[in-house]
Amino acid sequence: MKYTVMVNEGPYQHQSADSALQFVRAALAKGHEIFRVFFYHDGVNNGTRLAVPPKDDRLLQQEWSDLAKEHDLDLVICIAAAQRRGLMDADEAKRQGLDADNIIEGFRISGLGQLIEGSIQSDRTIVFGD
Amino acid sequence: MAMLHIVNKSPFERNAFKSCLDHAVAGDSILMIEDAAVGAVDGTVFADDLKAAMTDKSVYVLGGDLAARGMSEDRMIDGIKVVDYAGFVDLTADNDKTQSWV
Repeated sequence: MKYTVMVNEGPYQHQSADSALQFVRAALAKGHEIFRVFFYHDGVNNGTRLAVPPKDDRLLQQEWSDLAKEHDLDLVICIAAAQRRGLMDADEAKRQGLDADNIIEGFRISGLGQLIEGSIQSDRTIVFGD
Repeated sequence: MAMLHIVNKSPFERNAFKSCLDHAVAGDSILMIEDAAVGAVDGTVFADDLKAAMTDKSVYVLGGDLAARGMSEDRMIDGIKVVDYAGFVDLTADNDKTQSWV
């Protein structure tokens, strides 16, 4: 079965960022296809490469990035939500005249249309968040 | 056209869970995850609402989230089924639609 997953909550905010990651892992383990994971609202913070949690804590951003590499996942960050929260890829940083970018490998920035298209293309859309 | 309702809020904090029960129809399934897992405990002010829903709907709880809140399965309302993440995935596949009550 084909899934699109929507993540509306940031890492370490409550539990939904962890729940979404665990769900995606379980779906992949069962042989399902993850068509797209769309990060919206504070969920975009799952895509920064500059997070440094304590050594004994999980690094959720890296776990998403590693999972994307392993399974060739399409992790999409909403551009409007990302701009509000200071999350940039190199192209966007340049366009905005900023001196740095901070998106982690495996994520890309795009628009809300990617969520709609994902839902149309997928059998199920599962929403995680506050 | 059975629907899986995914609830992640405690029924003692928000009214999302109660809204879910008011909207779910016979044959639907309800899965409690995250803070909603505490709704599985028997003897609370919410238990009768959930028991009433269970007459014609299936109710599940994510076992890890229940355990993470210090609730043992023997305190649960009879008839609630405990699932892991693999079971969560199966529920989303077995039902035609899903609704997250975030």
